Amino acid sequence: MINVALPKGRLGEKVYKMFEAAGYGCEGIFEGRKLVFENKEAGIRYFWVKPSDVPIYVERGAADVGACGRDILLEYEPDVYELKDLGTGFCRMVVAAPKGFRDESEYPLRVATKFVNIAQDYYSSKGRDIDIIKLNGSIEIAPILGLSDVIVDLVETGNTLKENDLEVYEEIMDISTRLITNKSGYNFKSTAINRLIERL
Amino acid sequence: MQYDQSVLTRTEQRIFALRTLYSRAGYRSYRMRKFEDYDLYSKNKDFLLSDRVITFTDTNGRLKALKPDVTLSIVKNIEDTPSELTRLFYDENVYRVSGSTGTFREIMQMGLECIGDAGNRAAAEVIDLAEQSLGLMAEDNDYILRISDVDILTLLIDGMTDSGRVRSEILKLTAAKNTHGIGRLCADNEIPAEKCETLVKLLGLYGTPPDVMPELTDICRGTEAEAEVDELADVLKDLYPQGDAAERKIVMDFSIVGDTNYYNGMAFEGYIEGIPECVLIGGRYDKLMKRMKKKSRAIGFAIYMDTLGMLGRTAGDRAIEEFFDRQQ
Repeated sequence: MINVALPKGRLGEKVYKMFEAAGYGCEGIFEGRKLVFENKEAGIRYFWVKPSDVPIYVERGAADVGACGRDILLEYEPDVYELKDLGTGFCRMVVAAPKGFRDESEYPLRVATKFVNIAQDYYSSKGRDIDIIKLNGSIEIAPILGLSDVIVDLVETGNTLKENDLEVYEEIMDISTRLITNKSGYNFKSTAINRLIERL
Repeated sequence: MQYDQSVLTRTEQRIFALRTLYSRAGYRSYRMRKFEDYDLYSKNKDFLLSDRVITFTDTNGRLKALKPDVTLSIVKNIEDTPSELTRLFYDENVYRVSGSTGTFREIMQMGLECIGDAGNRAAAEVIDLAEQSLGLMAEDNDYILRISDVDILTLLIDGMTDSGRVRSEILKLTAAKNTHGIGRLCADNEIPAEKCETLVKLLGLYGTPPDVMPELTDICRGTEAEAEVDELADVLKDLYPQGDAAERKIVMDFSIVGDTNYYNGMAFEGYIEGIPECVLIGGRYDKLMKRMKKKSRAIGFAIYMDTLGMLGRTAGDRAIEEFFDRQQ
């Protein structure tokens, strides 16, 4: 049996469809409020978990395999194997700022973000002093209210930025969804996990 | 004096079993009897799992430390006898920062070191004892000792780039078996495709040594790492005298990345089914000996006894099966 942690929401549903197409379907997975499902014949179990918790379930061995964004892996740096780029969930990690913004201040740049480590690594590689403001949601509002100069966030279509009078100032990296596995569990289920990866 | 073994805790029973195994193999017990100067750890902080150390000022004003590691102390204190082999084992409490809480914890560690004339025969002996140790600790669970060779990996990566930044990114991706990431990094940094392909193929190897060695030989033929493959084969010949893999719980896996300032040659990690993290870690550390101005060679391993507490109470298959049973 392979235990798979799937991120709740649209991305998780897309990833599940990939698993289903590879022969790992599970009846009733989108029905009701249950969070755990299994298909004994296919040798697979699924858990729906909060997207940012996927690496925790995998790193701690509650799940053998998980699907999560590259952003989450870079932010939390879990000790897991990253075996495949699933080629879905594409978006970009960007610095966004009010239209016409120029980073010319001699003072530390005020950066609002959920992704503290990614923002710190990015600005440290540029040698720019920053003041990090950790927020958990509605990041786009921070520059409007003068809480920050810029934000570091994920952008898919750019519509939310536009509606809040922001624009992409710098691109940090491309993001997509990755298949991760527990480093210990892989040793004992390598045949089943490798077969799954081949079929995906 | 007679005593009842049932008075021992599980950890004490495990230590007792390991002490018996190592003593019978000719190893003698080593005990740390003093505090080391903080300097010893600060100068070798990359050798430690964490660079955070508990320090205190001794009555004579010297800055001392509660041990975060035992190997450094053994290397410092042991007589340098490169033509003889010294076999030691220890069980000591060490003081390290816990990854989950970020605070210091006292951790019981058991370890074994082979120092002096520690060539390939000693390496095979240590690997054999590491595998037996896992067998003793695993109870009824499956276990695996993953072995690698840091030199093979390092030589191949050194041949790919001169950039320290790219090199350290490749090592990070290697530890995560992230071959798609390695492909992208190589393309972005104009690393020749054949060099990239060799590393990706190396990371794709996973299996018993008799199965993997012919492929490894093919992959490394004509590369910087060719001679190291022969060294590795020489270690393995003691472990597989008949070339038969059936009786051993060893797999080869080149995603084990050690700090190349300290480690060279064989590296290994032990896993027990049901414990989500590594329980045993070891390897050859001739480079550490050199840094400490010793001529001896050395190889050893440590077992993190606290991780064994997860056996039988961890998440995963058993917990989920019980959940589904209750639902039916």
